[in-house]
Amino acid sequence: MKNFFLLFLLGITCSLQAQTEDLLAGLPDEPTTDYTIATFKSNRIINGHSIENTAPGVLEFKISHRFTPLRQGFYDMFGLDNANVRIGFDYGLTPRLMIGIGRGGREKIFDGFAKYKILRQSTGKVNIPVTLSYLIDAQIKSLKFTDSERANKFTSRIYYTHQILLARKFSERLSLQLMPTLVHRNLVPTPGDKNDVFAIGAGGRIKLTKRTAINAEYYYVPQGQINQSYANSLSIGWEIETGGHVFSMHFTNSEDMTYKGFITETQEDWFFKNDENRLLSGIRFGFNVSRVFTVRKIKKINGL
Amino acid sequence: MGLAAENFPHIIRQLHPPVHILNSFFMKNALSITAFLFLLVGPLTAQRFFTRDAGVKFDATSPLEKIEGITKSGTCVLDTKTGNMEWKVLIKGFQMEKALMQEHFNENYLESSTYPNAQFKGKITNLNEVNFAQDGKYNAQVKGQLTMHGVTKDVEMSGTVKVNGGNITLASNFRVAAADYNISIPALVRDKIAKTIQVTVEALLKPMK
Repeated sequence: MKNFFLLFLLGITCSLQAQTEDLLAGLPDEPTTDYTIATFKSNRIINGHSIENTAPGVLEFKISHRFTPLRQGFYDMFGLDNANVRIGFDYGLTPRLMIGIGRGGREKIFDGFAKYKILRQSTGKVNIPVTLSYLIDAQIKSLKFTDSERANKFTSRIYYTHQILLARKFSERLSLQLMPTLVHRNLVPTPGDKNDVFAIGAGGRIKLTKRTAINAEYYYVPQGQINQSYANSLSIGWEIETGGHVFSMHFTNSEDMTYKGFITETQEDWFFKNDENRLLSGIRFGFNVSRVFTVRKIKKINGL
Repeated sequence: MGLAAENFPHIIRQLHPPVHILNSFFMKNALSITAFLFLLVGPLTAQRFFTRDAGVKFDATSPLEKIEGITKSGTCVLDTKTGNMEWKVLIKGFQMEKALMQEHFNENYLESSTYPNAQFKGKITNLNEVNFAQDGKYNAQVKGQLTMHGVTKDVEMSGTVKVNGGNITLASNFRVAAADYNISIPALVRDKIAKTIQVTVEALLKPMK
C-alpha cells in the first residue's frame, strides 16, 4: 500500500513537470537597471541647460534667435526685424560628458562649456531618483572696450558659470529641474555689483504628444547682487521634434542666451510700468533650432 | 544504493553511524529513497534549456535610411519535451547606430516606458522531426503569439534547431508588419522606414540547472 502511494506520487511529479506552462517564470530573477531616458527633448530647456547630453559621437548644430520685444507692434513685425543670434556646436564625448562652443551677437560674446552627468535617474537594480549634472561655462565678451583711459585687461572680458542641474522625470508627461547657479564676473559695472552672483533656476517640461512639449524656465536672482533695475529671466516655449531636428519656439524677456547675459543682465520684466506709469511688456519671441549629425557611429555588437 | 551514500559523504561524516546500519537503512527504504531522488533529479534531467544572451536583430531599412537595432540580452527558455518556448527582450536593450534614432525608437515608436518588453510564447509544431538527443541540425516550425507595443498577434515562423554537445541553438528569420502592432509612422518619415520589419533571432541555450 505504501509502495503504491509512492509510485502514485512519482507519477504526479513527473506529469507536473511536463505541464508547467509559464517557462520564463521558472527562471530565477535577475534584476536589471532601467535608466530613464528623454527627461527633456533637448540639452537646453530654453536659455539654460537641461540634464540631457548630446549622445557620444553626435555633433549638434544650434541656431538660436531672440528678437526685440513684441510691443513695437506691426511696424517692426512684432520684433522680428531685429534679432540677437547665437550659433553653436555641441558634441558628445562620452555618454556622460559633452562639450560645446558658441558665438552670440550681443556684446560679440564667445562661450564654451563642458557638462558632466554625475548621476542618472534609474529604477531596478540601481535605484536613483534623480539625474544630477555639473556644468561649467565660460563666456568671453569680445566687444571693444569703451573706456580707453582704463587699464583694459583681457581677463576683464571673462565670465564663468558653475551650475548644478538636478532633474527628475516624474512621469512620461512631467519632468522638473532645479539649477543652483553661480555666475562669476571678473569685471563688474559698479562697486555695488557683486563679482559672484548666485541664482536659483527652476524649469520643467510637460509633454503634450509624442513629439511636442511645453517647456518653461525661470531664474531667480536674490536681491543685493546686481543692479535692482535688472529683471529675473522667465521663458515659456513650445517644442516640436521632427526626425533629426528639434524646434523650440518661445516667449522670453531675456535678449541674451549666455548665462551671464540672461541671469545678470535681463533688462525688462514680462510686464512692467515705465517712468510715465504706462504698463509695458518686455516679452519677446525667440527660437532654438538644432540639427544633429552622427559623426561617430556606436560600435556594433558582434555577431548576428 | 551505495552510490547514493557516496554522493552524500558529508552526511555520513556528520552522523558517523556504522556502515552496516547505513546499509540496512537504505535497504529498508529503497523505494522511498528512489522516489525522493526522482523528485530531486526530475527537473535536472534537462528538458529545459535557457539563455539570457539571446540575440535579436531588427531591420527596418528603407532605400533612404539604414535602420537597424541589435540586442544581445534576450531571454529564451525551451522545453524540449513539449516543444514549448518563450522569448523575452527588453526594448530599451536594442542598440542602434544613431543615438537619436534609438531615442525615437524608444520614445515615439515602441514606447518602451509603457511597453518595456517584447515577448514570444510558442511551440515547435513538428517536434517529431527534431531529435534533441542527437547532435544535428533540424528544421523547426513554430507557432505562437508575439506581443509587443501592447498588441498580441498569432504568428508562425520556420527556423532551425541545432543540437550540439548538450547545447541547443535556435535561429529564425521572420517578418513583422509595424502596422499590426499599432506602431504608427508619421507621414513625414513614411518613406524612410520600411513597413515590414525583418527580425532575426539566435539563441544558444544551455541546460537549466
